[in-house]
Amino acid sequence: MSMEIIGQQMVNGITLGGLYALIALGYTLVYGILLLINFAHSEMFMTGAYVGYFTLIGLSKIDFFTSSNVGLLLLYVLAFLAGMIVTGLLGMLTERFAYRPLRNAPRLAPLISAIGVSLFLQNAALLWISSRSIPFPILFEIRQDDIAGVNVSSMQILIVGTTILLLLVLDTFVSKTRVGKAMRAVSQDREAAGLMGVNINYIIALTFFIGPALGGAAGIFSGMYYGSIKYNMGFIPGIKSFTAAVIGGIGNLRGAMLGGFTLGMIEALAAGFISTGYKDVIAFAILILVLVFKPGGLLGESVVEKV
Amino acid sequence: MLKVNNIHTFYGKIEALKGISVEVNEGEIVTLIGANGAGKSTTLKTISGQLHPTEGDVQFLGETVSGMLSHEVTAKRIIQVPEGRHIFPQMSVQENLDMGAFLRNDKAEIAADIERAFELFPRLRERKNQKGGTLSGGEQQMLAMARAMMAKPLLLMLDEPSMGLAPVIVDTIFETIVRLNKEGMTILLVEQNAHMALSIANRGYVLETGKVVLEGPGKELLANELVRKTYLGEV
Ligand SMILES: Nc1ncnc2c1ncn2[C@@H]1O[C@H](COP(=O)(O)OP(=O)(O)OP(=O)(O)O)[C@@H](O)[C@H]1O
Ligand SMILES: [Mg+2]
Repeated sequence: MSMEIIGQQMVNGITLGGLYALIALGYTLVYGILLLINFAHSEMFMTGAYVGYFTLIGLSKIDFFTSSNVGLLLLYVLAFLAGMIVTGLLGMLTERFAYRPLRNAPRLAPLISAIGVSLFLQNAALLWISSRSIPFPILFEIRQDDIAGVNVSSMQILIVGTTILLLLVLDTFVSKTRVGKAMRAVSQDREAAGLMGVNINYIIALTFFIGPALGGAAGIFSGMYYGSIKYNMGFIPGIKSFTAAVIGGIGNLRGAMLGGFTLGMIEALAAGFISTGYKDVIAFAILILVLVFKPGGLLGESVVEKV
Repeated sequence: MLKVNNIHTFYGKIEALKGISVEVNEGEIVTLIGANGAGKSTTLKTISGQLHPTEGDVQFLGETVSGMLSHEVTAKRIIQVPEGRHIFPQMSVQENLDMGAFLRNDKAEIAADIERAFELFPRLRERKNQKGGTLSGGEQQMLAMARAMMAKPLLLMLDEPSMGLAPVIVDTIFETIVRLNKEGMTILLVEQNAHMALSIANRGYVLETGKVVLEGPGKELLANELVRKTYLGEV
């Protein structure tokens, strides 16, 4: 096994890991606030991809967007904004109508509701859009660079760069701003947060905007990276990213980022060293190992409870 | 200042409060005592907007606050220290105090108030950067009270501040309550420790299964035969 192949697989792993990290954040944010595993999150990823797709198709009919590099850049920025905003709003809508009415119900009820939303959205995309996979428009030329014998595409740089930027923005937002502090407070003790004057419904709604918006961005990246989108495209990345969130310590933001990159890297290296067919087996074996030795995940803190 | 008028509060189909009326005047310490499950916490939660009465209302400074959500009641500066303290476990002592001042934006004054909180409870200053979840029960109670003070309450409601604490710490907590009251704070105090609560209270209410069965000045209740038998453990 040559150094080049290791390097190559690491580059692929970081790209994949960035996608997992973006999606994993959505699972971990919602879990941190509501202790709910949002099964519909994989469909947020799919929704982002479709909204991005339709925005690109629609706007590329306008000459301005396709005739210059500035226009193209603007086109993709708009596609991302549209994908993130629409998906974020869809997330808020699901919270309002599928989860909020069940907030005081037994824990299993919102979980079932989440599965319902997931099936609903998948079938809506299947029936109203297409049952087949759709090619995702790439309107710019992808450059391939050779860095120390490793092939890095401009697409990978774009994905990893934007992902890291989004992660930094989120991390700063949650740790530094007033609203971010309120989010942490709600996730640590909802009742106490309310007594401090935090508007809990607003914070939960905001969480359901941010998580799905990041998932939606990941969906567009996935479309650009793999070149196609499909109604059920969220399923596998959803499970993998949920796994990443658990590896990192569910409820912990930096944990989700670390878990995403770790999982992407393990998967890519396993595919390179052993075989593509075994990469998932190996990834999940490692998940089980992590959980055996650190049940709370890599960065999971055991909450000290005092009576 | 606070008027609770004949409130009925339910948990699902269970009627926890069956018509409770309580009044607190400015500058008073008023205490609610009663056995486990009498409805003391439910009364405080109904005042603070965590629960909503199906009947009756809560008036604060002439305004109806029942029906408001808990963050809206907090904005009226009715501040509750909940039973079990509810410290943010992953936040430091300093950050917990900052959360207490969540609705304020007068930075300089907040800093001065944190200083005052540390004067009130010097042990908190030593543990300024320690995570809330790693504090002892007594320290958590001090933090919970200090955090509530950061919101500049007009009415401070304390739910069983002495619960599970060593006698020395209980004394400290009660001394602090009296001191805050002397400085002008109006206090509604829920306690299992009826003796201590009634000794410092201007007035008290005795609750039993969702109803007020007795009320009167603290000293009078302390001398009352029923109270002595039921809540002070005398035969
Ligand atoms: N979340 C809840 N769901 C259902 N019933 C509840 C709930 N919380 C309290 N109750 C019931 O309401 C009644 C009053 O409870 P409350 O907590 O107000 O009592 P309390 O006087 O504060 O008791 P304690 O001294 O034990 O704290 C009890 O019968 C209790 O079982
Ligand atoms: Mg109680």
